[in-house]
Amino acid sequence: MSAQLINLMASLMLLIAFAMLAQRRIRSLIYLFAWQGAVLAVNSVIVAWYTGHGELYLSAFFTVLLKVIALPLVLHYLIRKLDIQWDVETLINIPTTMLAGIVLVVFAFNLALPISQLAGTITRGTLGIAIAVVLLAFLMMITRRKAVPQVIGFLAMENGLFFAATSATYGMPMVVELGILLDVMVGILILGIFFFQVREAFDSLDLKHMEKLKESGE
Amino acid sequence: MNEIAIALGSPAAGALLLAFYGDRALASRLNVLVSLVTLAATALLAARVIREGSVLAYNGAFYVDSFNVFLVALTALVAFTTSLFSRPYMLNEQERGHLTARRLRLYHCMYQVFVFTMLLVLLTNNLGIMWVALEAATLATVLLVSLYRTPASIEAAWKYFILCSVGIAQALFGTILLYLAAEKILGPGGNALLWTHLNQVKGDLEPTVMSLAFVFLIVGYGTKAGLVPLHNWLPDAHAEGPTPISAVLSGLLLNIGLYAIVRCKVLVDGALGTPFAGELMMGFGLLSVVVAAFFLSRQKDVKRMFAYSSIEHMGLTTFAFGMGGPVATFAALLHMTVHSLTKSAIFFTVGHATQKTGTQMMDQIRGLIVTNPTIGWGLMLGTLAILGMPPFGVFSSEFMIVTTAMREQPWAAPILLVSLAVAFAAMFTRVQAMVFGDTTAKRLPHAPALLPVFVHLAIVLMLGLWIPPYLADWYRHAAKLIG
Repeated sequence: MSAQLINLMASLMLLIAFAMLAQRRIRSLIYLFAWQGAVLAVNSVIVAWYTGHGELYLSAFFTVLLKVIALPLVLHYLIRKLDIQWDVETLINIPTTMLAGIVLVVFAFNLALPISQLAGTITRGTLGIAIAVVLLAFLMMITRRKAVPQVIGFLAMENGLFFAATSATYGMPMVVELGILLDVMVGILILGIFFFQVREAFDSLDLKHMEKLKESGE
Repeated sequence: MNEIAIALGSPAAGALLLAFYGDRALASRLNVLVSLVTLAATALLAARVIREGSVLAYNGAFYVDSFNVFLVALTALVAFTTSLFSRPYMLNEQERGHLTARRLRLYHCMYQVFVFTMLLVLLTNNLGIMWVALEAATLATVLLVSLYRTPASIEAAWKYFILCSVGIAQALFGTILLYLAAEKILGPGGNALLWTHLNQVKGDLEPTVMSLAFVFLIVGYGTKAGLVPLHNWLPDAHAEGPTPISAVLSGLLLNIGLYAIVRCKVLVDGALGTPFAGELMMGFGLLSVVVAAFFLSRQKDVKRMFAYSSIEHMGLTTFAFGMGGPVATFAALLHMTVHSLTKSAIFFTVGHATQKTGTQMMDQIRGLIVTNPTIGWGLMLGTLAILGMPPFGVFSSEFMIVTTAMREQPWAAPILLVSLAVAFAAMFTRVQAMVFGDTTAKRLPHAPALLPVFVHLAIVLMLGLWIPPYLADWYRHAAKLIG
């Protein structure tokens, strides 16, 4: 029963990762990110309940606090302040990106195979999906040309890594997990300041303006 | 262990103080003072390690052995001398209207946060915390790279943030895999990521997982260490950030990235019993040396050029660690030390030179020897030192690395020699033109602090002629540990 629930959560993670890859609107992207955090937290609770790892409840609590509530709020505030909440990304070619994503998923499952055989956790089957989520987030970062979606891609990657840690080892030691969450939070605060600097300098958060520093261009 | 508490506490408290008072006139002096306290604490810590050997403190949370003790002292020393250099430099920048008082406050605060995170990476015994602190070091410097708020500096900071964060996310995955292997033997919980515990059981760690973990770790931490092909952020961040930051990025942060890789290599070597990790490091190292040497000759911006030189030297050090063995590892540790001192000294002189001429373009910087002989001589001597001229310390370490390569990896030696020669030709001609030549530059309102330059160069010269016995002992112990 629990194994099935965990697999359900894993497939939801993958589904959301693909949805993020295809999502052009910044606002919807933030909602998807919040949903991904929620799935991550529910997954931690299920694993904690089934295995009796009490630490995972705490981890789920912080995930909800930070990734479902705080970060999406900050991001919504930022895009409102920066007046880009209705922005739509036009440059990405969705069908090609999706195909590349499928290739990545296959690759991720192959990569996870030797590791998940060694992991003694009930969640080990989902390690492939965790790696796929990381790679899909990476693909998202590569294909986006705007600053905010790139950062959301980075955060989604962090989610994938947390999911991987839960799948392979029932989560990292608590002190490390808290440290990582702290880094993520500080990172977003710094980026929040940084976005305003970017806009002041370039009048836009479009990264196509940022192609001056190149070796050949000198 | 009070020394550790003070060494970490003083930059943390300093950051807090400077967050409030960093814009006052006294702030730059406070910055120096805090750095001095940190330096004193690390010196006491080093003395204790000389006296008592490795130190394990606070329930095993912190660990100081012969490998990290000299890096801790080096980090505190360069952080202190850079704070000395940064005082007149930043005041000049403020006078020229490049900075406001508020940004100076940000600068001072983040500078101390940066020092704190670097020392935490070095002192912690927990590989997870090491990752957290290294990521925090990136975050602390992002806003420093973009301090001038010019479009170029913001682009550089963005590139720095994205590349390093993505890179270091790979290292997190590597750490998760490491934990997976460790947890099987040490059981779940915080102890399974303690390096000292892992080191005791490294022979039992699952080899497949460990080799996979190392691939992710070297890619992740290698991004921080500036290894090719993960180096793209480095020249931009060095060229566009304020010069004191270029000095600490080159002199300290790159070392720290490499330190993290080497710590992990020890465990992976123990688990695998094959030279897999070493070979991977040699590959990355050699590629960095070659690519950086050839890019050097294409540079027009002086800070960019020296940034590529840092990539070259990090590559050389990584290659030496990869070769392994007592001599090569000894040389690698020495090279880390002398490169850090020399490169930061060079950035100090370059900083004043660019301030004087108001440009970083090398063809517009001329005749430093006329306008300010000490800057001119400092830059010339620093460049000679970094290019590996005897009797400076870089010569000794490069000589040991190349001769070991000739014996153990004969195929790599000619590649190294050609790259070093190319780098020499490229850098020497450019620096010569900057130092000697006609000029019209004016004097600066705040006299530059050139003491740090000559202190660094004197230490490098000394290390070329005579290595203090305890330092040689540390290097030798560490070399035995790293293998």
